[in-house]
Amino acid sequence: MPPRNPARQTKPVSHSDVGAFRLYVRYVAISWRAQLQYRASFLLQCLGTGMITAGEFLVIVALFGRFKTLDGWTLPEICVFYGTVNLAWSIAEALARGFDDFGSLVKSGDFDRILLRPRSTVLQVLGREFTLRRVGRFALGVMVLTWGWTDLELGWDGARLLLVGFAVAGGVALFIGLLVLQATLAFWTVESLEVMNILTYGGVTTTQYPITIYPSRLRHFFTAVIPLACVAYFPIVAVLGHPDPLGTAVVWQCLSPTVGFLFFGLSLLVWRMGVRHYSSTGS
Amino acid sequence: MPQISVRHLAKAFRVTERSPGFWGTLRGLASRTTRTVRALDDVSFDLEHGELVGYIGPNGAGKSTTVKIMAGILVPDRGECVVNGRIPWKERAAHVAEIGVVFGQRTQLWWDLPVIESFELLRDIYRIPSTAYVRRRDELIAILRLEDLLDVPVRQLSLGQRMRCDLAAALLHAPTLLFLDEPTIGLDAPSKLSVREFIRRLNREQGVTVILTTHDMDDMEALCSRVMVIARGKLLSDGRLSDLRSRFGRERWLTIDLLNPDEPVRVEDFQARLVLRDGGRVRLAFDPDRVRPEQLIAALTARHAVNDLFVEHPPIEEIIAQIYQREGIAP
Repeated sequence: MPPRNPARQTKPVSHSDVGAFRLYVRYVAISWRAQLQYRASFLLQCLGTGMITAGEFLVIVALFGRFKTLDGWTLPEICVFYGTVNLAWSIAEALARGFDDFGSLVKSGDFDRILLRPRSTVLQVLGREFTLRRVGRFALGVMVLTWGWTDLELGWDGARLLLVGFAVAGGVALFIGLLVLQATLAFWTVESLEVMNILTYGGVTTTQYPITIYPSRLRHFFTAVIPLACVAYFPIVAVLGHPDPLGTAVVWQCLSPTVGFLFFGLSLLVWRMGVRHYSSTGS
Repeated sequence: MPQISVRHLAKAFRVTERSPGFWGTLRGLASRTTRTVRALDDVSFDLEHGELVGYIGPNGAGKSTTVKIMAGILVPDRGECVVNGRIPWKERAAHVAEIGVVFGQRTQLWWDLPVIESFELLRDIYRIPSTAYVRRRDELIAILRLEDLLDVPVRQLSLGQRMRCDLAAALLHAPTLLFLDEPTIGLDAPSKLSVREFIRRLNREQGVTVILTTHDMDDMEALCSRVMVIARGKLLSDGRLSDLRSRFGRERWLTIDLLNPDEPVRVEDFQARLVLRDGGRVRLAFDPDRVRPEQLIAALTARHAVNDLFVEHPPIEEIIAQIYQREGIAP
C-alpha cells in the first residue's frame, strides 16, 4: 500500500509498524475466515454448544418451578449470577482458545516457530484462534442476564451497569489467566491436562450460583485460591443491592473484580517462567 | 568479526525413561528414571559472513540442538554463542528479526490461507516497511517462480511448491542469516535442483550466510564449500569438502566389468579391498599411495579379460560412513 500523502514519505515506518493490537486484529480476521470456511460444520457446532448450555439452564428453571428460592435467592437473582459468569467464560474461551489447546502446539514442535518470530509469545498464542463456536453460550449468557435484570427492574442504572461490566471484564481476565496456567503446564508435561477442566468448567458450574449455598471450604477455595467469587458473587451481590449473607462490605464487593486482573497478571508471570523452562529443555 | 561465534557450547538433556505396559506407566507415576544425554559437548566454531556451510551428522548427533541455540530458542548449559553481535536467547525478538529459518518437514505458512496472505501476515509480524516488502516480495516471486501459486491455499500445494513458498516466507524480512533444515527432503528431482539453485544464488548474489543441515550428500556436494560433521555432540571434522576428502577419503575406487561374469577375482593379490561384486561388475577400493592406479590396472588386466574400467573418488556418503564407522556409530 503506497503512502497516501507523499509529504509524509520521510517517515516510512509510520504505516508499516504494525502494533500489537493491529496484528491481533489481523490474526482474528484470519481465524474467523478459516472457521467460516466450513459453514455447515460451524453452524452445527454453534447449535450444539447453544443447546447444551440452554439445557443446563432449563434444569435450573425446572428446579425453581418446585422450590421457588435457593438459600434465599430468587430465580431472577440467580439469573444475574448465572448470566455474568457464563458471559465472562464464553468470552474468555473464545479469546484464549489458542491457550486452551496449547498442548498440541508444544507436542508438534510448532511452539518453536512462535519463538522464531519477533513478537510476544502471548500475542501469537492468542492470535492462533478466536473461536466463534461458543457463541451459543455467549448468547444464552446475555439472554439470561437480561431477563434477570429486567425482572428485578434494575433498570438503566449507570453504576450497576458499570459494576456488572467490571465483573464480566474481571471474569474474562481471570478465566484467561486459568487457561494460560493450564497451557503453561504443557511446558512441563505432555500428559493430558483434563484435570484443569475441574477449575475452568467446574469453576463456571460452581460460581454461576451464589456461593452462599456451598460449604465454607469450597467458598474459601473460590475466593482465595481460584478467586472466581471476586468476579461473580461479590460484585453481583452489590449489583443486586442484596445484603451479603457473608457480611462483606460494599466497597470490597465493588472493587473485588480487580482480583481477576491480578490473577491474569500472575498467570503471565508463570507463563514467562514456563517459556524460560521450555527454552532450557527444548521440549 | 565473524557473524557467528560458538565457543565450548554444551547442552545436556534429561530423558525420562518409561517402562512399557500398564504397570510400567503406573510405576512411572511414582518414580521416574531419568538418563542424561549429552546433546552437545564442547562445540566451537566460527562462521564468517557469506559462508555456505553444511552441517551433517546422524540423527540425534546434536545438529538441531546447535541450530536451536544459534536461532535463540534454546539456552545452552555452558559455553558462548554470539550471532550478529548478540547473544541469541537473551535478545530473542531482536535476534530472530534478522534470521530466517526453514524446516523442511514443517511449513510456517498458514494452512488455510492463500500463499500471498501468509506473506502479508509475515510482513506485519516482522514490521517490514511496505516499499521494502513489495520490492522483496516481487523479487522472490520472480526468482522462485511463485506467480501461479500465490492465490492457492497452502494445503493444496505440492511439497516442492510449498518448499519454494516457505523459502520465500523465510526471506521476506531480508535476513542476513538463513538456517535450512533438510530443505530438499521428500522433493522430486527437478524441485531439488531448483531449490539448490536458489540457495546458491541467494548465497552468491545476496551474500546471505546459509547453514544447511541435511542427510542429502548431493545437496552438500552441490552447495557447500565447508562441511562440519557432528556426532555424539562433538564436532568430528570442520573444513573444506576437499579437505574432508583428503583426510578421510584417500581411497579411490576402480570399477571393472569382467567379460566373464562368473570369473572369481582374488582381491587380496592386488592390495585392494572389495567394495562391490555384481555379476561381471567388480568395484575395488585402493590407496593410491600404496598401489598406483596404472599398476593396479596392469595387474588386473594381465590376469582377467576386462570389458570396461574406470577410476573415481568414492562419493561423500562413503567418507561420512567411514567417519561414523571409525567413531563406532551407525549413521
